[in-house]
Amino acid sequence: MADKITDEMIEYVGILAKLQLSEFEKEKAKNDMNQMLSYIDKLKELDTRNVEPMSHIFPVTNVFREDKVENENQKDAILLNAPKKKSGCFQVPKTID
Amino acid sequence: MQYETVIGLEVHVELATKTKIFCACSTEFGGEPNTHTCPVCTGMPGSLPVLNKRVVEYAMAVGLATNCEITRQCKFDRKNYFYPDNPQNYQISQLYLPICHDGYLEIETAGNKKRIGIHEIHMEEDAGKLIHDEWEESSLIDYNRSGVPLIEIVSEPDMRSGDEVIAYLEKLRLLIQYLGASDCKLQEGSMRADVNISVREVGEERLGTRTEMKNLNSFKAIRRAIEGETRRQIERIESGNKVIKETRRWDDNKELSYPMRSKEDAKDYRYFPEPDLVPIIISEEWIEKVKRNQPEFHDEKMIRYKKEYDIPEYDISILTSSKKLADLFETTVAICKKPKKVSNWLMVEAMRLLNEREMEPEELSFSAVHLADLIELVEKKEITGTVAKEVFELIFSEDIDPKSYVEKNGLKTVKDENKLKEIIKAVIEKNPQSVADYKSGKKKAIGYLVGQVMKEMKGKADPSSVNDILFNELEEI
Amino acid sequence: MELIKETAVELGKKIKCHEVSVKEAVEACFKQIEQREKSLNCYVSIQKEEALKNAEVIQKGIDCGKLTGALAGVPVAIKDNLCIKGMETTCSSKILQGFYPAYTATAVENLIKEGAIVIGKTNMDEFAMGSTTETSYYGATKNPWNEEHVPGGSSGGSCAAVAAEECFFSLGSDTGGSIRQPSSFCGVTGLKPTYGTVSRYGLIAYASSLDQIGPIGKDVTDCATILEMIASYDRKDSTSIKRNAYDFTSALVDDVKGMKVGIPKDYFANGLEDEVREKVLNVAKELEKKGAVIEEFELSLIDYAIPAYYVIACAEASSNLARFDGVKYGYRAKEFEGLHEMYKKTRSEGFGSEVKRRIMLGSFALSSGYYDAYYLKALKTKALIKEAFDKAFAKYDIILAPAAPTTAPKLSESLVDPIKMYLGDIYTVSVNLAGLPAVCLPCGIDKKGLPIGVQMIGNCFHEHTIIRAAYSFEQTKTFYQEKELKGGIGHAV
Repeated sequence: MADKITDEMIEYVGILAKLQLSEFEKEKAKNDMNQMLSYIDKLKELDTRNVEPMSHIFPVTNVFREDKVENENQKDAILLNAPKKKSGCFQVPKTID
Repeated sequence: MQYETVIGLEVHVELATKTKIFCACSTEFGGEPNTHTCPVCTGMPGSLPVLNKRVVEYAMAVGLATNCEITRQCKFDRKNYFYPDNPQNYQISQLYLPICHDGYLEIETAGNKKRIGIHEIHMEEDAGKLIHDEWEESSLIDYNRSGVPLIEIVSEPDMRSGDEVIAYLEKLRLLIQYLGASDCKLQEGSMRADVNISVREVGEERLGTRTEMKNLNSFKAIRRAIEGETRRQIERIESGNKVIKETRRWDDNKELSYPMRSKEDAKDYRYFPEPDLVPIIISEEWIEKVKRNQPEFHDEKMIRYKKEYDIPEYDISILTSSKKLADLFETTVAICKKPKKVSNWLMVEAMRLLNEREMEPEELSFSAVHLADLIELVEKKEITGTVAKEVFELIFSEDIDPKSYVEKNGLKTVKDENKLKEIIKAVIEKNPQSVADYKSGKKKAIGYLVGQVMKEMKGKADPSSVNDILFNELEEI
Repeated sequence: MELIKETAVELGKKIKCHEVSVKEAVEACFKQIEQREKSLNCYVSIQKEEALKNAEVIQKGIDCGKLTGALAGVPVAIKDNLCIKGMETTCSSKILQGFYPAYTATAVENLIKEGAIVIGKTNMDEFAMGSTTETSYYGATKNPWNEEHVPGGSSGGSCAAVAAEECFFSLGSDTGGSIRQPSSFCGVTGLKPTYGTVSRYGLIAYASSLDQIGPIGKDVTDCATILEMIASYDRKDSTSIKRNAYDFTSALVDDVKGMKVGIPKDYFANGLEDEVREKVLNVAKELEKKGAVIEEFELSLIDYAIPAYYVIACAEASSNLARFDGVKYGYRAKEFEGLHEMYKKTRSEGFGSEVKRRIMLGSFALSSGYYDAYYLKALKTKALIKEAFDKAFAKYDIILAPAAPTTAPKLSESLVDPIKMYLGDIYTVSVNLAGLPAVCLPCGIDKKGLPIGVQMIGNCFHEHTIIRAAYSFEQTKTFYQEKELKGGIGHAV
């Protein structure tokens, strides 16, 4: 097994993905990911030296919108689902300390 | 030890489009919170971005004006990071194939010309605004600015002093204003500069460790931050410490910077190609079309002014230093055909008022036709210079129509000689002492008397006729 | 025939000629829901009152001749990852509990315009991540053929609802097989269109470059008819494609004479259950009888599809799901100190373990130092897979394959071993990587009494060809005869 995923890596990925895992979950995540990665490592067998990475399947290009205002004020619908709101704004714990 | 400062800039400019970069919401400034928002710019699940064509054209225009290569096939990437002003928790930006690259701007400081390289220009979306709520220890989010189009112009580390940085920024700002791509107001944040600074010993080739300075809201702050950071880095090096690669926030009041760091933020943006947007192919024809629509730039304009208008070189340099000022000048001249007079009004009165009110030339908002009308009124001696200055102030601040204003308020110069004589006689009678002074040879006393007449006339008399009549009257006594 | 057994198109016809009222059709669904829903759990939410009210409006529209579409008045169920204005949309996740979108997905909008009546939102694997509909926060859906088995996933609710006759048709989404595999497990017909054919606007993204919305119905005619309605060029989706023709029903022709059918040998190798192999190959025989030319070939790269798929899908998902943070909508943790803890607690409590696993994997694959080795490598593999299909379609009109290696597994068997579960997607993920259209329809029943599906894969933009092939096979009535013989839904042998 590759064992790419160390405890530090689990911590780090947790910070990136904003996930807080319990010790048990961390251990499980580490095993799952290592297992998954050693499987994914199969890709290394493929010779892709002269292959262009393909992000879009079709060569569709230049899809644009004209610079014209079409949206009206829909503040209420936008704020409808906010877990916490105040004065027409979304409310969160303070961002600077 | 001799040190030199090495500076590179990342300049963000908000583009002057009517709508946001990926949705049809207005970019208008100052609406009630969240009134210019929709599912796209608030990151609602299931919403998708659609690119505003105008953004691409403005970015190309700025790239062409800064001698950049245009990337024929460019695309967007996602920059992933969590912050509440960023509703999707990723920003759509360009990393791998930015729209413009490898350009330069020529700057001049103290008579020395220098090329500052431009590494790239990329398109991206702006974030929303966070408002600190003192009462509840919380922050409030307004997404009106979320999705406003930005271009980021990344320079090479080619600058060595605050002077060069300011010259570069002024040149860039002028150019973008000339293009109409942005109003570039530092105070309002439509132009923002992050400054990357490192120091090294003179003669050293390798770059030192750099820091990135944020929160710079004026040219003055930028200059002070460069000086402050240079000092700080040299002190660290000389005291045997290392400069740490970090982002710092400049506090211009304290003239100090603080590191912006948090253990919760790993600076790993996990960029990858934006799957919801398709690539942009820029054809030769499209580039040509944008080129054809490029306006006359500053240097070309100066040369033309020298040829076309008989005005001093200094005036030309001031008038062309702002797109707004130059436009006003040209439009007014086109109406009244008096370049010298127009230049005078703009150079003297307009500049005085701008200074007094701490305004930028770009904020001038009166119409050329009103200035032309005012000049005509003066030329035809319909109003006096004193009245004209008063009227100009109103044109400047309220864009009034001078003709009807003068008419309505009875400000026209009194040309009725009998009426003038009547008033002059009355002034002579009321001021025997001044008359006596004059008669005894103190010819300067006439000045006081002219003043009194003008006061009586509320400035509506032609001072030279007043002078003439008064002289005759005094001589007759 | 009992009303509830009608196909969507047949019901539409009866409504149009006033043989059946819209209200009767809607009520028939709710009656069936009442009987079966408690044990099957196909739906996340049901809107009965709203549907009955709409039935009146739609009836009037039909009566006055305004609504003439083939599916006017026909009740439909929508997968819970498609936004509908004013209807709770959760993606079967706790984190989106109580989310009421202000907009309706274009595909659903297209159906509503034609007079279809939405009766509820169907259960799914949380955020479409899973192959069993067991990762739903709202409990697993059971297979109507045998309630001890899973219905497949992630569109398990949509497929089970059609199979259990709790609706006349449904919409699902397919990122790596999420329409085709549960269609196979539930014995219904499901179609995954060419990428870009159905607008993704309003579909809550799992992996944007692979997601497609598609129809699930009782037969091929239903699927072609539904696809004709939901497919559209949409300015709100930049990846939407303007197709030359949208008349998919014109392909409902019983004729495969001269059609070249490729059988990829590598899809029939080890790991495929014998019964499934036998029934799928039998489809080839049936088509051959009708004049199709059958040929075996090597598709290659099959072993690389799953690793490439999981890297790409998880990477995109890690970014797409970043927006669920307790700020703008859905769940927010109750207790936390400061912003970052709010993010972490909200997301850790709001997402289920499979979703978290994929977000972690995706974040890792994109992280500094690993991007080239994983993400970029996967995109290159994707290019090679597309090339392999291009080569195949230069020779064949369609590719015939199983939809899954087995019939529906028992509940809670799959989640124990995630890798094994991922391997179950082996015959479906390549189609998404290459953007191809594919249809899955029932072709037999195994010894356990569970249905077996066959997958017909077409070249990009060639839905017509797979619809024609599928329709032609359906006309042989192979599956229906077997069903008569062995007993239908719910009567496991």
